[in-house]
Amino acid sequence: MEKFTGKVWVLGDDIDTDIIIPTEYLALPTVEDMKQYGFSPLRPELAGQIHEGDIIVAGKNFGCGSSREQAPEIIKALKVKCVIAKSYARIFFRNSINNGLLLIENSEIQDAVKEGDEITVTLGECIEHNGRTYPVASLPDNLMDILRAGGLVKAMQQRNGLHS
Amino acid sequence: MGNTIIEKIIKKNTGLSEVKPGQIVTVHVDRVMIHDIFIPFVADKFEEMGFDRLWDPDKVVLIYDHLVPASAVEDIRHFKIGDAFVKKYGLTHVHRSDGICHQLMTEAGYAGPGDIVFGTDSHTTTYGCVGCFSSGIGYTEMASILGTGEMWVKVPETIKVVINGTLPANVSAKDVILRLIGDLRADGATYKALEITGSAVDAMSVASRMTISNMAVEAGAKCCLFRPDEKTCQYTGTDLSEVDWIYGDEDAQYCQLIEYQAEDLVPVCACPSQVDNIHPVSDLVGTKLDQVFIGSCTNGRLEDLAEAARILDGRQTACKLIITPASRKIYLEAIEAGYMEILARAGAIITQPGCGLCCGRAGGILTDGETVLATNNRNFLGRMGTSKVGIYLGSPATAAISAIYGEIREPL
Repeated sequence: MEKFTGKVWVLGDDIDTDIIIPTEYLALPTVEDMKQYGFSPLRPELAGQIHEGDIIVAGKNFGCGSSREQAPEIIKALKVKCVIAKSYARIFFRNSINNGLLLIENSEIQDAVKEGDEITVTLGECIEHNGRTYPVASLPDNLMDILRAGGLVKAMQQRNGLHS
Repeated sequence: MGNTIIEKIIKKNTGLSEVKPGQIVTVHVDRVMIHDIFIPFVADKFEEMGFDRLWDPDKVVLIYDHLVPASAVEDIRHFKIGDAFVKKYGLTHVHRSDGICHQLMTEAGYAGPGDIVFGTDSHTTTYGCVGCFSSGIGYTEMASILGTGEMWVKVPETIKVVINGTLPANVSAKDVILRLIGDLRADGATYKALEITGSAVDAMSVASRMTISNMAVEAGAKCCLFRPDEKTCQYTGTDLSEVDWIYGDEDAQYCQLIEYQAEDLVPVCACPSQVDNIHPVSDLVGTKLDQVFIGSCTNGRLEDLAEAARILDGRQTACKLIITPASRKIYLEAIEAGYMEILARAGAIITQPGCGLCCGRAGGILTDGETVLATNNRNFLGRMGTSKVGIYLGSPATAAISAIYGEIREPL
């Protein structure tokens, strides 16, 4: 089972997609151009400080708001390993899976961690922090199939016989 | 056991004899909507996936609204890419300046009772006002529907909301949905369907129901369904006998029941900066405003402009007032009814139909320390300008009376 350790950034409840990437930057040509503005209405410094493999820990209803798929794409472009939140908004959840961004649901870890702490995640099993273990559920098979393919584009490419 | 509306629509679409909440099913999509912000990404992903034709060009609607008319040079790229996609794949349903996508989808007859429709915008829940299962998706998922005509959905649980009685004269559908969002909270209906019913709802116009289904997503809902009635049929050009199967059975299984007595409801606002931060307007009276906005796919319809004109007739605004009709059709009807002249004489700035200010791109954006009362659907940080703009959301009546005083007032 895949296992990884990362430094956490802690955000609150109802982190909406206008916070993750404001509308004014959506007409920039690529997600790479947009990513520096990630989370800027709430924490303008954050995008510049996130390092590859970091983990975002948040409260309930993460990704609420618009259907903009740039939201999970930007988190992925910032090389965040995964997001762990108490719950997710529906469209954001689908968009994340379709872009191969790993989401984990856990109701306790946000209250336990401080920003900068390290946590270890074992997929489908648990999160470890300061000697405590928090269980996590695994995703349904149809979603794991898309994640395993590397996102919906790759899954459709396989369907259309482009490459395996 | 009986079924909820969403269960009936999914059963009919899939041909399954029974469905239950939590079940994952593949549906055949009746129509899709793509708007100008996302068409470049949809086009990219579609071709990257290896598709070379649309599953059914007649079922695809492309609408330019967020960027119309262009307010930045880079916006034009979206129209160029959209136009090229139209030509290459043979789209016939294209609207380049007719209004906001969610208004046009039912107004032009693209989304009807019992249909399953997806759009690249979260407020796609709007078409539930006519008994259509409609929901927002991202552009990657849209690209896969364009190629396959199919999408997987999890059958949602349903929350039943019953509103009986007669709404007070100063309370509108906007106050009803804001109150409901405040009670459910921003995630209270996540993954779930809402079904709205009761005598107060029966008395509402389709336009008012549209205000409610439009904002259902602000409580996280997947869709928000109303039982089609004679008004629905008149609006959609449908025969009642074709849609009389769309209702929630008495013995259907609901996960939650919420009941309101219409007479108990009061005018409310969503206060900065969460849509579920709901307070009675009476508690906010006197809050100074720099601007008022009446429009959007939430409240830019003829009845909303009529209400604004009724209140502003012969009066003058004390702060900027921006009016944005939801579609060209509504714009023309409002001109013919004389509302536009009343509003213009009162000092309003009337803009072209489109998303403009509501998505913070154009048409009256604000800066640090300014406050706006608006009739649209979101008051998130940075939604209508900088992240230090205070956005209150309220009804057209609350907005119109507040524009006269330059501060929040309760409508009479």
